[in-house]
Amino acid sequence: MRTEDLIKALDADARSKAMPLRSAWWVATAAAAVIAAVVFWFTIGPRSDIMIAMHTMRFLSKFVFTIVLAGTAFALIHALSTPGASTGKAAAWMAAAPLLVLVAVVLELFAVPEAQWGTRLVGSNMMICMGFIPLIGIGPLAIFLWMLRYGAPTRPVLAGAVAGLLAGGLAATFYAAHCVDDSPLFVATWYTVAIIILTALGALGGRLFVRW
Amino acid sequence: MTGKDEAELSRLLKAAIAGDERAYADFLHRTAVLVRGFARRKIVQGGVDPEDVVQETLLAIHVKRHTWRDDAPVLPWVYAIARFKLIDAFRRRGRRVEIEIDEIAETFAEPETETVSERDINRVLDSLPPAQRSVVSAVSVEGRSIGETAAKFGITETAVRVSLHRGLAAIARRFGRE
Repeated sequence: MRTEDLIKALDADARSKAMPLRSAWWVATAAAAVIAAVVFWFTIGPRSDIMIAMHTMRFLSKFVFTIVLAGTAFALIHALSTPGASTGKAAAWMAAAPLLVLVAVVLELFAVPEAQWGTRLVGSNMMICMGFIPLIGIGPLAIFLWMLRYGAPTRPVLAGAVAGLLAGGLAATFYAAHCVDDSPLFVATWYTVAIIILTALGALGGRLFVRW
Repeated sequence: MTGKDEAELSRLLKAAIAGDERAYADFLHRTAVLVRGFARRKIVQGGVDPEDVVQETLLAIHVKRHTWRDDAPVLPWVYAIARFKLIDAFRRRGRRVEIEIDEIAETFAEPETETVSERDINRVLDSLPPAQRSVVSAVSVEGRSIGETAAKFGITETAVRVSLHRGLAAIARRFGRE
């Protein structure tokens, strides 16, 4: 087939429509949040003392970390799935969530006597944390990988990893409402491990499924 | 030159997305020239036919045109897709390629014409389901309109459009997968 002939075919298909990528990302993220919410409610649900916990700084700080992570990952993944878009600024913003966690860890180390650091870090249910964040996040991750196929990421593995971070931030936001370990020491350790699992799965998914 | 290309291509693609077929044909022709120049400059050792890269890039541009934001420049978008498809073409042939990121700007407007050879796209076209293959061939190689194609096969214009769209999407997907 000559290029001239191909152009005729593409031109004849000019009227076919697809949802603009930006809108599609919003729709997909909303759908992913619904899936995460459903899995969360039917498995572990919120902790029983949530109304009291909401008045504590430590409990609320968890949501700041996870929502900032999800928000920055959302901006970056949108740029990564658009060919030619600059990603530098969005990538730099990805440092925000880790920096906030770092600040909280330092404050916690000052606020809590050294003898308690170990118990705070180990917490009471780290296995649940490492199991349920990936479990809540796996559905959203599948949706985000599918969205990467809908987009056109020129770096599929990196984009897949960021999809994992986005799914991780979303899942951790829900999980934080269940978890009774509010210490930044616990969050910095076990949430990070759980989110890294999703990130690695995302990178693998990007490598295997994100072709266009 | 690049500034003029940018403004003109951006205008054409906007019109095309709004449904202007003539603007779309114009956009695709101009883009083909740019991508052909790009591919010929990058492929110095052979192994990959530049025209295959042109066709794969045009297909990718077509099925991914919803990823272009109309307030963003169009040339970086076009070249990012072309570079991705070029690397893909080399990868499929088991070769390594190094592409300098900053060479987008130097584009020559001299008309470059296509060389004729056995195209990758033909092999992919042959693997389509018969209904899609015959519609895509009728519209492209035979140059028939949607209406003429509908009359030829005794089906509705909508059915022609659906087969054409699915056929093109399948060809683009297959290039990405192999």
